Amino acid sequence: MYRYDDFDRQLVLERTEQFREQVKRRLSGDITEDQFRPLRLMNGVYLQLHAYMLRVAVPYGTLRADQLRQLGYIARRYDKGYGHFTTRQNIQYNWPKLDEIPDALLDLAKVEMHAIQTSGNCIRNTTTDQYAGAAADEIEDPRPYCELIRQWSTFHPEFTYLPRKFKIAVTGSPNDRAAVKVHDIGLRMHQNDAGEVGFEVIVGGGLGRTPFVGKTVRDFIGKNDLFSYLEAILRVYNRFGRRDNKYKARIKILVHEIGVEEMQRLVEEEWAQIKGGSLRVDDAEIAHYIEQFAPPAFETLSDDDSEFERRKAENREFSNWVRSNVIAHKQPGYAIANVSLKPIGGIPGDATDTQMELVADLSEQYSFGDVRVTHEQNLVLPHVKKADLFSLWAELKNANLATANLGYVTDIISCPGLDYCALATARSIPLSQRISERFSDLDRQHDIGELKIKISGCINACGHHHVGHIGILGLDKRGKEFYQITLGGDASENAEIGKIAGAGFSEAEVVDAIESLVTKYLGIRETGERFIDTYRRVGMDPFKEVLYGDR
Amino acid sequence: MSLQVVTANRLDDGLVVFLTADGGWSENIDQSRIADGKEAGDALLAEASVPELDTVIVGPYLIEVEQQDDGLVPTKYREVLRTKGPSVRQDLGYQAG
Amino acid sequence: MAIVKNDSVIDQEWITLDAEADLPPGEENIIVPLARFKEERETLIGRNGGLGVQLNPGDAPEDLANDLDRLSIITVHFPAYTDGRGYSYARVLRERLGFKGELRAIGDVLRDQILYMHRCGFDAYELKNDDDVSLTKVRAALKEMTVYYQPTGDGRVTAASLRERRRAALKSAS
Ligand code: HEM
Ligand code: SF4
Repeated sequence: MYRYDDFDRQLVLERTEQFREQVKRRLSGDITEDQFRPLRLMNGVYLQLHAYMLRVAVPYGTLRADQLRQLGYIARRYDKGYGHFTTRQNIQYNWPKLDEIPDALLDLAKVEMHAIQTSGNCIRNTTTDQYAGAAADEIEDPRPYCELIRQWSTFHPEFTYLPRKFKIAVTGSPNDRAAVKVHDIGLRMHQNDAGEVGFEVIVGGGLGRTPFVGKTVRDFIGKNDLFSYLEAILRVYNRFGRRDNKYKARIKILVHEIGVEEMQRLVEEEWAQIKGGSLRVDDAEIAHYIEQFAPPAFETLSDDDSEFERRKAENREFSNWVRSNVIAHKQPGYAIANVSLKPIGGIPGDATDTQMELVADLSEQYSFGDVRVTHEQNLVLPHVKKADLFSLWAELKNANLATANLGYVTDIISCPGLDYCALATARSIPLSQRISERFSDLDRQHDIGELKIKISGCINACGHHHVGHIGILGLDKRGKEFYQITLGGDASENAEIGKIAGAGFSEAEVVDAIESLVTKYLGIRETGERFIDTYRRVGMDPFKEVLYGDR
Repeated sequence: MSLQVVTANRLDDGLVVFLTADGGWSENIDQSRIADGKEAGDALLAEASVPELDTVIVGPYLIEVEQQDDGLVPTKYREVLRTKGPSVRQDLGYQAG
Repeated sequence: MAIVKNDSVIDQEWITLDAEADLPPGEENIIVPLARFKEERETLIGRNGGLGVQLNPGDAPEDLANDLDRLSIITVHFPAYTDGRGYSYARVLRERLGFKGELRAIGDVLRDQILYMHRCGFDAYELKNDDDVSLTKVRAALKEMTVYYQPTGDGRVTAASLRERRRAALKSAS
């Protein structure tokens, strides 16, 4: 895993000191709130409903054990004993005090972490596949490129005051687990005809109030040229993106308004001018970064472990967990273990200080000290020996971290909503809790199979509702919470924006409405079909009918 | 007819506070000074918006409240949550006591 | 109001004209908006006295490509510090078109953006504060950070090239 060298360390420390000074200037009255707001936002500090909120970057969703342990410590020392993992693979703390945040940032810096550019109209934390470096279907580990993007984008002098925020996601695998098509830039690694690995460049995806699936501006860009190409896109966006209306300022609107061909032309024209320049990264440097993410010292094992098979056969609870939460690893004898942060009736994505510390310990014991954060708000131990899965599971279970529901109907994405968020129009967490309780029966969940429910507490879509197989958007109708349902969304390589089913439902009605959709699906599905497949086959009408009847 | 109080977040710890009768800021909505009607509300907000308070609180604004048996209750649910704490963590925020 | 350049406060030696203002009769130094420069190019370059152009957001710095050696100064207007278009204009002027004259940031120019401006090629900053405060701010801003990841045309050595040097040194030592 990447370790800071003295340059990275120095940069983060300088930034921490700079922010400490800015906080001091603010508290003493040297600068006003209006002057301070953009400075605190650039350091991940928001003011929410109840208190300040600190958003800490987890670059490309990868954590070392000592980092996760420190996140647990920070939850205890500066917050109320928990944190919230988000769809952006970050962690948010809900109760830090402004005058203590500089100390919290210093504690983060000690483990090579920071809150830089987790807000503001700049290039945000780059996200990627949570199984990077482990997935059996991977073409190449995307993280060396993510780290290079992190460095290129950190305090980029030209791109710190963009028209709007800018999010980049990368997948190294054809099965897209990073939702790259709904980001400002999505990069998909693949092989060209000459057998070289490079990136397809997708631009202008996004959620929020005007959702779009991104469009390809280039089928293939080589690794050496990636950064000059990104710089060309950003320069075009910085110059031509709309600044007259913040709801039309994202790059997706630019691409939509001028068309993808014109976008392509502008980017290629710009790129032609800079491609041979100083942003070209040579093979030696790339190799240096690939080395930083070299696979851990795997043992040579047989892929069949008789002990593991025996445990599965004997223990149904364990085998259920394996079935849903354990995923194929590229190294024989190893597996990827997902740690669900979605206990039945729990708050999606929340983890306590002691849970974080436990997962940190377990990662050292079982997974080379490597932990991942997923955009679906779970954690991952990416490199676990099959032979160790049973003991891992038993320890997770003791800490309520072994819910066997990955990808199932109770593995719900939910934004904080009105319980915490100053922009919310309705609560989202309580709804996810009630849906989770309604479908708590594990056999029923397994029977329903993969079904992604995603809930946002307002149109900003932080909970990805547009790309939920079933999406739920919380709104405010004359002072009452009500919920609009969308169907058919998909964040994968077959990305699709869901369609609104019809009028919204009251808080009292909405869980029944979801259940009726599921019942309908179970009634009409063909063998092997997931909810999304059935929806694609039959369309909206049958589902609309169960929701609204003749209404 | 319409009763209002001024709320804000405290600068140093970010917690929710209300403008009190003596011009201070309290975590308890029941200690807030109540303005009746638009004019009184505007005057109250003006008092809370002076530059000197920029080092005490952030973002003062008016909210509507009702006098109920057990005290002042905001009419908007968002503000009810602010006076209590997250509905999903009743052990936290002011509701935790 | 103060203009800081090369670690000192300099005098305002330029008159900025809007689209309509009459051209001064003598040899005054004038700055005109890009649109006016394009319309009245012949008259303007035929005048005695210094000539500069002001770029506003939305302008194309490329329009000046053939006239850069006639311009002693280009000002880039930031109507609000949040409007970051001027950073791109500066880099295009310096790194692509090779502009060597003064590049001055005007408008909403604040301490916390000055380092970024400098990295993009600005060498002069017009601040709203008085002379001493402005100079102090610019000096503080320019030394707040010492590690730079991106190669720009500002001549600062990037972390990547320092690392490469270090790797090369290690290699030759071994
Ligand atoms: C709690 C404070 C938060 C605030 C103030 C906030 C604000 C916003 C806003 C204004 C947008 C719309 C941007 C646009 O359309 O231009 C947005 C989008 C988004 N936010 Fe948040 N958000 C918050 C929390 C979160 C959380 C907790 C997550 C992750 C769970 C998150 C992830 C996202 C994502 C994925 C999008 C949509 C993708 C996009 O279009 O950028 N945000 N947020
Ligand atoms: S979707 Fe809305 S309610 Fe949810 S976190 Fe984002 S801004 Fe807040």
